[in-house]
Amino acid sequence: MPFKRNPQKFSAAVTPVTIGTGERAVTLGGENVMPLYTFDAPIENRPRIGVEIAEPGFEKAMPGLADYYAGAETIADLAKKAAAMPGADFIAINLECADPNGEDRSVDECVEMCKAAADAVDMPIAVIGCKNHDKDAKLFEKISDALQGKNILVMSACEENYKTVAASAGLAYGQKVGAESSVDINLAKQLNVLISQMGLSTDNVVMNVGSAAAGYGFEYVASTMDRVRGAALSQNDAMLQSPIITPVADDAWNVKEAMISEEDMPEWGPTERRGVTMEIATAAACLASGSNAVILRHPESVAAVSKFIGELM
Amino acid sequence: MALKGLDIFKLTPKTNCKECGNPTCMAFAMKAAQGSVPIEKCPHLSADALATLSEATAPPMKSIKLGEGHTLGGETVLYRHDKTFVSRSLFAVSVCAKCFDEKMPEIEKIDYERIGEREYVELLNCVYDGDKDAYAELVKKAAATGRTLVLECSDVDAARAALEICAAGKPLLNGANEDNYAEMSKLAAEFGVVLGVTAADLDKLHDTVEALEKLGNKNLVLDVGTASVKDAFASAVQIRRAALKDKDRAFGYPSIVNVGKLAPGDADMQTALASLFILKYGSIIVMENMSYAQALALYGLRQNIFTDPQKPMKVEPGIYPLNGADENSICVTTVDFALTYFVVSGELERSGVPMNLLISDAGGYSVLTAWAAGKLSAGSIEKFFKQFDIENKIKNRNLVIPGKVAVLKGEIEERLPGWNIIVAPNEAAGLVKFFKELKV
Repeated sequence: MPFKRNPQKFSAAVTPVTIGTGERAVTLGGENVMPLYTFDAPIENRPRIGVEIAEPGFEKAMPGLADYYAGAETIADLAKKAAAMPGADFIAINLECADPNGEDRSVDECVEMCKAAADAVDMPIAVIGCKNHDKDAKLFEKISDALQGKNILVMSACEENYKTVAASAGLAYGQKVGAESSVDINLAKQLNVLISQMGLSTDNVVMNVGSAAAGYGFEYVASTMDRVRGAALSQNDAMLQSPIITPVADDAWNVKEAMISEEDMPEWGPTERRGVTMEIATAAACLASGSNAVILRHPESVAAVSKFIGELM
Repeated sequence: MALKGLDIFKLTPKTNCKECGNPTCMAFAMKAAQGSVPIEKCPHLSADALATLSEATAPPMKSIKLGEGHTLGGETVLYRHDKTFVSRSLFAVSVCAKCFDEKMPEIEKIDYERIGEREYVELLNCVYDGDKDAYAELVKKAAATGRTLVLECSDVDAARAALEICAAGKPLLNGANEDNYAEMSKLAAEFGVVLGVTAADLDKLHDTVEALEKLGNKNLVLDVGTASVKDAFASAVQIRRAALKDKDRAFGYPSIVNVGKLAPGDADMQTALASLFILKYGSIIVMENMSYAQALALYGLRQNIFTDPQKPMKVEPGIYPLNGADENSICVTTVDFALTYFVVSGELERSGVPMNLLISDAGGYSVLTAWAAGKLSAGSIEKFFKQFDIENKIKNRNLVIPGKVAVLKGEIEERLPGWNIIVAPNEAAGLVKFFKELKV
C-alpha cells in the first residue's frame, strides 16, 4: 500500500498585514497552513526577523554585541548597523529607557530617538514600549504622529491601554497596532474583538500572544499558539487570524542561563554564547509554534534564525 | 480504523460475567473502544475476534523501548493541548573512531538535574566510517560509558560485530534501507534490538516499513533522512500526522532526525533545528556536539513541551539559598509551581541580594490559585517552617511574602512570632527594584 499524502490546507488563512513602506515593506501572515508546513501549501510570506536596538549604550553589556556596534554613537548609527545585519527585515526600537520606574526618559526624547532611527534606515520600524501602560499610551501616540506615513508597528496595545493606542496609533495616524496578551487564547481573542469594535480593521493588527524563554513555561506559549492557529485556520475564527509577532530577545536575555557570569558558573561557558543559544532556541520554537515574526538582539542569532527560516521555506 | 464500542460489544459473549472488572459487557466494550482497557481483559473472546480487535484497538503509534529504561513514541495526539505528549525527545551526540576521545569528556560534563529530571546526553550515535576494526573499537568504548547506543551503520557485517559487543545494552541499530532491510531485520531480530529504517523518500520508506512488517519486524524507528532541512521537517510532520490523524499503521513508529548532518559544523543552526524537532515530532535528535549552552536551552524547552498539561510542573519544597545566601540572609517565600519558581528566582538572582528562597508545598499551583484552593495559607507556611526547622536553620527574622497574598500578613505574624513579615510587589517584574531598595 503506497503512502497516502493528506495535505492539510485550510480554506481560512492568516490575515496578511504589511508594515513599512516601499521596497523594504514586509508582509506578515497570509498562509493557510500550520506554521512552516510548506509541504501542505506554499507559504508566500516567510517569517520575518526584527532586530532590537535601544538607546545608545545598551550594546555595551556584551563584548560580541559591543564589537558589532563599535563606533555607533547615536541611535541612528545603531539603527544603520542593525539594518546591515544579514537576515534583518525590520528594526525594533526598545524604549525601556522611558520606564517611569527606571530612567524615565521623556516622551519627547523618545520621539526624537525613534525619528532619528527611522530616518536612518529604509526598513520598517517597530516600537517596543516600556511596559508601563500609561507611559506607553503617551509614547505610542506621539511617536505615531511623528512617524506618520512610515506605517510603523507599535507594540503593544494591551488590556489596560488598547483604547488610547488603537485610537491614536491605529485610527488617527494609520500605523499598525500590536495587540498584546499574556499566553491565553481567550485574552488574545477578547483583545482583538475589543480593538476591532473600535473600528480598526484586522489588517492593521498583529498579535503578540505572549512569550517565555525556552525552559521557562514555554509549554504555555506553544499550546497558546497551537490553539490560536488551530482556531484561525480550522474554525475560521476571524478574531484570531492576525499574524503573530514575538519579541524573543527580551525573554531570552533575561533568564539566568543568559545572565550568570562565567566566573559564577565556569562549566556553563561564556555568558554571551549562552544568551545567543537561548535566543536561537526560543526563536526557533516560536516560529515552529506559529510566530510570523520574531524580534532578536544578537547578530549571531539573527544569522542563524535567518538561515533556519531560509532552509525551511 | 478506530472501532466503535458497539462493534466490540457484538464480539463479546454478552453474558455480563464481570470477569474483566466491568459491570457489563457493554461497559467493557465502550472502555475498550476508547483504549482505556486492553481488549485482552475479556477472557471469553475467540482467538479470531481477539486478533481483529487487538489490531483495531492498538494504539496508533507504538511505544519502543531502548536501552535501560528509555521509551520512544506512544504518542496519541499531534498537539500537546489535546491531551499530552508522553515520550520526551532523546538526545544523541555523534561519535566516530577518530573523535570519540575528544568528544566524550565534553559530553560527560553535561549531567545535571532540572525540576526532578536528570538532564544529560542520553544516547551516543556511533558512526560507521568503513573501517570495521575501528568501528568495533569505537562501539566497545562507547558501550563502556553506560549510555545507550545508536549504531549508525548500514554494513551488515560491521553491524553484526558491533552488536556482538553491545547488544546487551539494547541499542538502536539504525541501518536498514531499501536494499539491505531483509538482512538487517534478521540481524536486529537475532540480537533483539530496535531497527532504524531510512529511505530516499516517504513513499519508499512506507514500502520498506511494510516489507519489514511482513517479515514480522514491528520494532522500528523511522529515520526522517538528511536530504535537506525542508525534507526532514516535512517527513517528520507527515509521518506523525499519517500515524495519528490518518491511522496509517506503517508510520506508527517513533522518528530519528540527525540535525548534525542537516547542518554540519553549524552549532547555532543545529540548536534551531533541535528546537524545531522537539516541538515537531523528533523522537531522537542527533547532534554533532552538545555544548552546555545548548543543553541548558534545549533541555529546558524539552522539559516544558513534554510536561502533562493536566499536571503542573513542581519544584521540591525546601530552602534555596540565592546569591550566596547564608543563615543570616533574609527569607523570601513563594509557591512550588515551577513557572512561578523560575520567574521569581530569576528576578531574585538578578537583584544580587543574598536571600533564602523558601519553597513550600502548594500543590504545584500559582500563588493566587494556591491561596484560593487553601494550599497557601498562614497555616501552610507555619507547617513548612516546622517541617524544615527554619527557626533553627536561619537566624535572620525577616520573611518576604508574595504581594498577591498580602492579606496573609497579619495571620502569619501571629503564627510565626518574632518574624517580621514584609509584603513584596504583586508582579515578579518589580522584585529587582524592591530588593535593591529594601532596608531591613
